[in-house]
Amino acid sequence: MKIAVCIKQVPTRDWQPRANEDRTWVRDQDASFELNEPDAYALEEGLRLKEKHGGEVVVCSAGPARVAQALREALARGADRAIHVEDDALAQGDAFAVAGALAFAMRDEQFDLVLTGLQSDDQGFAQTGVVLAGTLGIASATIIMEVDVRPGAVRVKRELEGGWFQFVTLPLPAVLTIQSGINQLRYATLKGIMSAKKKEIRKVAPPAGVPSRQRIISLYVPEKKKRTQMLAGTAAEAAGQLITKLRDEARVIS
Amino acid sequence: MILVIAEQQQGTLNRSSLETVAAAQQTGADVTVAVLGADVSMVTPALALAKVSEVIAVQAPALEAYTLDGFVAALVQVVQAEKPDHVFLPHTYQTRDFAPALAVALGMALVTDCVAARWQDGALVAVRPMFQGRLYADVAPTGAALVTFQIGAVRADSLVPGATPAPIRIATIAIDASAIRQQPEAPFREAKQAVDLTQAERIVSVGRGIKDQDKIELARQLASAMGAELGASRPICDAGWLPMDRQVGSSGQTVAPKLYLALGISGAIQHLVGMKGARTIVAINKDPEAPIFEVADYGIVGDLFEIVPALIKELQG
Repeated sequence: MKIAVCIKQVPTRDWQPRANEDRTWVRDQDASFELNEPDAYALEEGLRLKEKHGGEVVVCSAGPARVAQALREALARGADRAIHVEDDALAQGDAFAVAGALAFAMRDEQFDLVLTGLQSDDQGFAQTGVVLAGTLGIASATIIMEVDVRPGAVRVKRELEGGWFQFVTLPLPAVLTIQSGINQLRYATLKGIMSAKKKEIRKVAPPAGVPSRQRIISLYVPEKKKRTQMLAGTAAEAAGQLITKLRDEARVIS
Repeated sequence: MILVIAEQQQGTLNRSSLETVAAAQQTGADVTVAVLGADVSMVTPALALAKVSEVIAVQAPALEAYTLDGFVAALVQVVQAEKPDHVFLPHTYQTRDFAPALAVALGMALVTDCVAARWQDGALVAVRPMFQGRLYADVAPTGAALVTFQIGAVRADSLVPGATPAPIRIATIAIDASAIRQQPEAPFREAKQAVDLTQAERIVSVGRGIKDQDKIELARQLASAMGAELGASRPICDAGWLPMDRQVGSSGQTVAPKLYLALGISGAIQHLVGMKGARTIVAINKDPEAPIFEVADYGIVGDLFEIVPALIKELQG
């Protein structure tokens, strides 16, 4: 089966985002980037499905030149080839701009299954996968914790809220958005890293006329609603203060 | 007019629906509420108590069980008939499943996970977190938009009641059931959870900052010294370091203990929604800008591997 895995490269979690001069985006010149975590689980699921059913795994991403690094990482973990829609503007694009770019690049590939993470750690739209399905005119299901491919269809376990789940069957081709924790991730081996260098990354120019449908007019640090007492000093001093406050002020321990 | 899409399951209204109605009221616009199902007469009276122009019961046999295609087919008809300025929805897992497809079908913008919305110079501006809640963005959609609201961001008790119940209109719509591609099975729970964190008086919870599976023991010792249950954020359970039934957050348990002590948890919104009802919250994190400090009563910025042993010593001393 032919599987596409759509990935995003996002700033690392410990990076402190700061708004730029006109407050419409972040100053990310000093950021380092990594594979969006839910997308890593989607990639792993794609690789496992290929191991079980055969076929190929193609990683796809839409973003600036730096995204090639994340694609290379995915190739090192075992993807067969990559498609990169390269455009600086896509870093700030909304789900429609990104899904439009991906759909354009994927249009002649006839994938059986498209996997992606349920949301990204940067903009956190939680909609790109479903918008992609809508744009491609194929079915979708979200927040998936299990994938069982059957002839012409896929039966998936959807996570609902509060510990509930549900199985849903949908026809192929389909887009699934994958929840973190669906599997245990593998990491690239040295052999994988070496072989990734020879794998193809096909660059695609972005399509014309797929604008974002929302625009950031101001980006800022949220105002704090709660008064937090910060306890300073050495570890022992801070620990002593905390225990005293929990006993005498909050009265939540004895 | 703002059209709110309320959510119900088996005749029970999802409480976030009322939060979304309150968010719509707070913009000052006229509000109409629609709720979908095979028969929603169990939930429409409660919705009609809010100060809204009308409650629309969108009913069809094909809406008995939730499916993406069924909901999109129904809502395309409702939105095209009602012509709202914007559509507000709760940011539930169900909304996340169908709203992007609805936005594609209607050619509308979709602004997700918002904490507030207002009119500014005659246009809607929605406020949403980005970069794991470290920044907020004021966002202007292009044209009519679907806007989803984070659970708990607007308080349901800020809902303005109507002087008299709003009229309820039944809109029976036609849906081609054969065109629905998803075949859903009945929702279920995994085997009964061994740990019921919802009843715990105190919880010590660990996140990514613990770094190493072997270090979980340190958190366990602190929990024991405090008379607390051990909880965790999602990544810890994803990694298999603690079982899934220890998970606190939107996909795990929602807890409201007297004391919640977060160790090395940055405070992603999926975690915060599961614990911000705790009476006293303590955050220990090396990152002074971690969003967990936004909800904490007491905070310590520092190395948890130094602070936790000091706390244990203090409790035992």
